Amino acid sequence: MSVDTRGATPDAAIRRRANTELGLLVLAFLIIMLAYVLLGLSQSPALPPDALPYGGALMALGAAAHLVRRRLAPGADPLLLPLAFLLNGLGLVMVRRIDFASATGGNPTNLAPAQTAWTVVAVGAFCATLFLLRDHRVLDRYRYLIGAGSLVLLALPTLLPEPIGRTINGATLWLNIGPLNIQPAEFTKLGLVVFFASYLADNRQVMSVATSRVGPLRLPPARAFGPVLVAWALSLGVLVFQNDLGLSLLFFGVFVVLLYIATNRVAYVAIAGALFAGGAGIAFTLFSHVQRRIGAWLDPWAVYEAEGFQIAQSLFALGTGGITGVGLGQGHPTFIPFVQTDFIFSAFGEELGLLGTTGLLLCYLVFVGRGFTIALRSRDDFSTLLAAGFTGIFALQTFVIIGGVTRLIPLSGLTLPFMSYGGSSLLANYILVALLLRASSTAALEQSRAEAAA
Amino acid sequence: MIGSLRRVAVTVFVLFAALFVNLNYLQVIRAADLAEDNRNTRGLIAEYDVRRGSIIAGDGRTELARVEDTDGTLRFQRVYDHGELYAHVTGHHSFIFGRSQVEQAYNEFLTGSGAEVFGRNLTDLLAGRETVGEDVVTTVRPSVQTAARDALGAQRGAVVALHPQTGAILAMWSNPTYDPNLMAAHEPAAVREYAEALQAAEDEPLRNRAMAARYNPGSTFKIVTAAAALAAGSTADSTFPNPAELTLPQTTATIGNFGGGPCRGGNPISLRQALIVSCNTTFAQLGLDVGAEALVAQAERFGLNTDLELELSTVPSVLPAENLDPPATAQSAIGQRDVQVTPLQMAMIAGAVGNGGMLMTPRIVERVEDFATGETVQEFPPSAFVPPGQPDARAVSAEHAAALRDMMVGVVSSGTGTAAAIPGVAVAGKTGTAEAEGAPTVWFVGLAPAEDPQVAVAVVVEEGGTVGIGATGGGVAAPIAQAVMEAALGDDPTDPGTPEPSEPEG
Repeated sequence: MSVDTRGATPDAAIRRRANTELGLLVLAFLIIMLAYVLLGLSQSPALPPDALPYGGALMALGAAAHLVRRRLAPGADPLLLPLAFLLNGLGLVMVRRIDFASATGGNPTNLAPAQTAWTVVAVGAFCATLFLLRDHRVLDRYRYLIGAGSLVLLALPTLLPEPIGRTINGATLWLNIGPLNIQPAEFTKLGLVVFFASYLADNRQVMSVATSRVGPLRLPPARAFGPVLVAWALSLGVLVFQNDLGLSLLFFGVFVVLLYIATNRVAYVAIAGALFAGGAGIAFTLFSHVQRRIGAWLDPWAVYEAEGFQIAQSLFALGTGGITGVGLGQGHPTFIPFVQTDFIFSAFGEELGLLGTTGLLLCYLVFVGRGFTIALRSRDDFSTLLAAGFTGIFALQTFVIIGGVTRLIPLSGLTLPFMSYGGSSLLANYILVALLLRASSTAALEQSRAEAAA
Repeated sequence: MIGSLRRVAVTVFVLFAALFVNLNYLQVIRAADLAEDNRNTRGLIAEYDVRRGSIIAGDGRTELARVEDTDGTLRFQRVYDHGELYAHVTGHHSFIFGRSQVEQAYNEFLTGSGAEVFGRNLTDLLAGRETVGEDVVTTVRPSVQTAARDALGAQRGAVVALHPQTGAILAMWSNPTYDPNLMAAHEPAAVREYAEALQAAEDEPLRNRAMAARYNPGSTFKIVTAAAALAAGSTADSTFPNPAELTLPQTTATIGNFGGGPCRGGNPISLRQALIVSCNTTFAQLGLDVGAEALVAQAERFGLNTDLELELSTVPSVLPAENLDPPATAQSAIGQRDVQVTPLQMAMIAGAVGNGGMLMTPRIVERVEDFATGETVQEFPPSAFVPPGQPDARAVSAEHAAALRDMMVGVVSSGTGTAAAIPGVAVAGKTGTAEAEGAPTVWFVGLAPAEDPQVAVAVVVEEGGTVGIGATGGGVAAPIAQAVMEAALGDDPTDPGTPEPSEPEG
């Protein structure tokens, strides 16, 4: 999948990529609208009356994102934006579907308008990121500012008093400002990746030198393990103070992945794995909620009335869906508590079956594949590590939440990128796409410049 | 960095592959288990999206079970307007505890998912009409059912009335009963609480005593012993010894008569007289004379030792051939010891006597009607019942059936069963008083009118009913049978008659 200019001028190649993106966006739009119309028909015999305004808004958003990307990030990967748009749109359809389901359940919700508004804001943030950040390598210069800012942001819910700092479902992750509920950790995620990438790009030479051997492992000097310990302490802090297993795992995981990419030293992974196992063991003995999570994972049926209920309902939904699903609008997503956030994938599993879940999984897989391709094509260490970090954290988050709701691994509360209900997550993920496209565009332009010079 | 980056990418792909494999495991291999897990209510709810058909009484008007629209997750609420009266006929349709009786056995029709209506469902789907279930029309007649309930009153027991020539069940009453409305409620906590109370109740209100409970038949079983004797060459006028006590072979135990002493003052006694006065010593000796093998064979020709295959939950009646040594044979011949029957089985035996010896398949559903047009979708016509291993449905010859019937008329006109007499109608019957722990199980089985039977009935009352220790079949069970037979004879199914008290929904 190398850039194929086939003797054409770089301009022509760039235009062809943009047109590919446009075509895929139109396809994604058609899929979303088809899903929305099918959902509407499942609820009443007439076409949904809001299909036109919703469709129009969605089309306008897609067009705006495409035009801004086309002008401000030429030559960028043509798949990422359509994939994000498709996942976002299907997520919106499912959020709407959950609204319909909750209307008959005696606990009506009206999440779709808010999620639509957040989509507008998120696409706006996408455009603004591309507009303000003409070269992502600027971020390299503000490494410590970004790193420290991210940590402050992360700590805010714990530091600020109620009602601004808020604990929801046991995790202290929320900032409540006026009508808005914001989860700053979603943005901390991005900031930490920038910090890690920048720090490791500078220190990778020092950290990859092996000075001693232990068995098959070639060990870097002891002081090189300092950052590993800091990251470990940070993730344990998240676990202790904010009570969030998933986030803790995510921060530590992406750091280890970047460290390995930067240094090519398996020793780090081994040591980090041992630290993680140790931390997990301590957390298991100290925290009853961790024990309950693990218990519900090992045997949800034994604790069906309590912690096991949610995961059991998720499995029931997936099993009921079977291969083809019960049909959009025909399932019972609201049987799963908090289906609109952590368990939205299971709602797709029930209504669209294995075919639907496989499709979604492929979308995420292609997204991740494109992200790693961008990392491989980037010409400087910082860009490579940045793209790999963003892709890694996106992939890890997707794996952990889908693995959690399908009982492959213990459940930890994370949002499914682009699909889960929630503004912060959507906003952060669109910014993530903008940054990946920026890195991709830079790599493409540099390559064509290099080819022109050759 | 290229190498390590590639390895990370490959690792991520492996993780995603694990997700894919796990999804296939859940949504293909484990799918059926998960979908059908009894804690997974999704399938049940889907069923509630179909307008379930009604269950209708044999008069074609009275709705025993119907649905009402709701605003909840479950679109329809099952309503049983006569609740307890037909609970053991309709059964219940419960969100939590599933279905029973007609609700269970005819579920495919009630939900409109039978193969018979596939074409109509397809048309409905294409035309955008919602699928509706069929109405199931039962054979149960409200007047007979009500009479059974009223006559049995608060006593524990059961009543089965059926039409001898068609096998149609006219009444099936089991007391105590329960309210299927409370089982069909949509609030899980309330339903659980009610169901738990029912399951814990000592008098088993959920059990349908008419066909899912077994009792010693006592002297009502003498009809079978008499049939075996006729088949062995005796006639109604053959005479037999009539001792005050019969010592059981190989033992020192004895069988005596009710009240002690010989029957009707002394020797010898005719078969007819022995049946009329329910003479134990004579019938025990008759059992020994025909032998265990012939007695069991006769019982099996009446349908014992076999599953009646009535789709509703039944238990087979039994007279096990194994270990039927002479003392056991003598005791079984008078309806004690090894012989255990359901009220339905006894009604079938009376019905066969009234039907020229032919056993009929008991049935509780007459036909299934299309909800919208009222057209008959499927009929369940009368059929003879051929017990497995028997050449035909003939339990006794027509001649012997007539003889048995005549002897049974004597029971009601001048014997132990006079309380079952209906003025102006020749009633045939047999009483039974079976020894049990505590007070006796009392019985009456009968037929009316004897010359052209329109109803066969079996009544069982546990522990002597309101009378207790001193209860007899003639005293306690016969009047109940009388009331039920009278109601059945007074009820002309073709006569529109007086309508039931008007229903809320009409």
